[in-house]
Amino acid sequence: MTNETLIPKVGVITDVRRDTPDVKTFRVVGTDGKKLFEHMPGQCAMVSIPGVGESMFSITSSPTNKEFMEFSIKKCGCVTEVIHSLEVGEQITVRGPYGRNFPVEEDFKGKDLLFIAGGIGLAPLRSVINYVRHYRKNYGKVTIVYGARSMDDLVDIEEIKTEWVNEPDFNVYLTIDREQEGWDGHVGFVPSYVKELGLDPNMTAVLCGPPIMIKFTLAGLLELGFEKQRVYTTLELRMKCGVGKCGRCNVGDKFVCKDGPVFRMDQIDELPDEY
Amino acid sequence: MLKIAKSKLNDLYAKINESMGLFIPVKVAGEVDYRVWSEGKEVSLETLKTVKSPKSMFFPQTENLMKFVKEGKNIEIIDVREDFDQRKPFVLFGVKACDYKAIEVLDKVFLADPVDTYYQDRREKTTIITTACSKPEDTCFCSVFGIDATNPLGDVTTYLDNDYLYWQANTEKGENLTNLVKDLFENGGEEKVAEIKENAKKVLDCLPFKNLDLSKFKPENLNELFNSDKWQELSEACLACGTCTFVCPTCQCFDIRDFKTNKGVVRFRCWDSCMYSDFTQMSHGNNRTTQTQRFRQRFMHKLCYYPSQNGGLYSCVGCGRCVNKCPQNLNIVKVIKALGDK
Repeated sequence: MTNETLIPKVGVITDVRRDTPDVKTFRVVGTDGKKLFEHMPGQCAMVSIPGVGESMFSITSSPTNKEFMEFSIKKCGCVTEVIHSLEVGEQITVRGPYGRNFPVEEDFKGKDLLFIAGGIGLAPLRSVINYVRHYRKNYGKVTIVYGARSMDDLVDIEEIKTEWVNEPDFNVYLTIDREQEGWDGHVGFVPSYVKELGLDPNMTAVLCGPPIMIKFTLAGLLELGFEKQRVYTTLELRMKCGVGKCGRCNVGDKFVCKDGPVFRMDQIDELPDEY
Repeated sequence: MLKIAKSKLNDLYAKINESMGLFIPVKVAGEVDYRVWSEGKEVSLETLKTVKSPKSMFFPQTENLMKFVKEGKNIEIIDVREDFDQRKPFVLFGVKACDYKAIEVLDKVFLADPVDTYYQDRREKTTIITTACSKPEDTCFCSVFGIDATNPLGDVTTYLDNDYLYWQANTEKGENLTNLVKDLFENGGEEKVAEIKENAKKVLDCLPFKNLDLSKFKPENLNELFNSDKWQELSEACLACGTCTFVCPTCQCFDIRDFKTNKGVVRFRCWDSCMYSDFTQMSHGNNRTTQTQRFRQRFMHKLCYYPSQNGGLYSCVGCGRCVNKCPQNLNIVKVIKALGDK
């Protein structure tokens, strides 16, 4: 029988990590204990619990991880609520990978990279950042600006604190929205922090987070002299098929599932304002 | 060219039905729609606008995609496509030129990589017999999209006059079908068919919508059309009933859902409509919150987005069903007139 993209594979949850009060990271392998499929940073997968529903998530783990995949999932709807109740050993279904990845082997190579994330927006960026760490010599300096509502909402803070900050030529800037006991780092929203930092506009930037953060951060970056052709982000719309057939995730003549989710800011400018 | 007396058509249907399924326009509750043929059904090949288009032949309104059986923590996926082998070939009879073009529009979605194997299986097992339009109606505007209602393609093309059905095979599938039924036919009809085409062309030349101007609907005008201030007024009366999308031969948006049964979970797809408020609803928001946005999406998709993705092919074939069926008398003709003004 020929391959059918809508038919998923069965995945087994081998680890569940609580990152924040509403974000958990799930480690998944196939029933044979091996990785389900290969992907590139920025690509997505359809995760489902039969009987509950299927939703698109970015693959959080780096493709350089050959053993398993990870999904960082925020509890915010009917599917994610049930996913959050799953424990180690339980099974789900996964299909993918879908969409176009970040151009890590093309435009990003040899460049100084700036990653800006807000909240759960770190999920797709973690895949790129760890890819860049793996092939460290192919890339220039790396700057990461990451913010969340509170220090408890910073996703995967352990990896950031123990690994990313110690990486050579990695600068990590963390911020939270409001003062909090036990936090001695920066306080303030991501867009204003980005402007305060006076970042080098020659870097290639990757933005991911809530639409409002992206909007204001982009404005800040343009003020600093960044060019839209070198700023990347990801879009997220409702999807059912993942392959441009169900007609749900289009913005103008582009489907987020197959033409995205990664877009350059100059490409987004050409799209009608409906995302 | 072959011909068969209309009085003998029932024998033709019965002959086809011996070895294949036959999907054909029949009278149902005072209207005409495609149904599986059986003895006694009243066929109407003359009807131009069947209630729904024959798209459900390849893309049924609901269709099971797979099943899941859960035992303890384990999930077993059952590939329902294993039943495809038992599906018999089908003949789709009476397809008008507009609906035939619509199948090409659907093919570009479902047969594009990665191929939708559910659609593909039905498509491959079906022989399509088209029927040329003898009397195009006032709400028809297929010629605007370059479609010739008098000369549809398909595996077999048929033409009708008062007494005969004329039959012309165009493809290998069509020849195979012809071989199966040729004993019922006699030769001839070329002159008659030329006359039928001639007469139909005269009708086409007088249709009220034949001069609709599509020249404005080009990918390069996407943002200008999208940002037009005319959408608000055009969409004001829309009830969001979705009738236009269900009767449309090219509308192909679908939903995928799960249904719990005693023996596990069935995952199925069903027709959906971009006119519905929850079509793009996500847990964290909705990118189309007003009916104007949803209305605009439907027509922009047909006249601008789809052509942009498919080499200029429009995703409207001028069948006129939406013109007939919209309870608020909204339709693509009004949109083309309002936005097509230079």
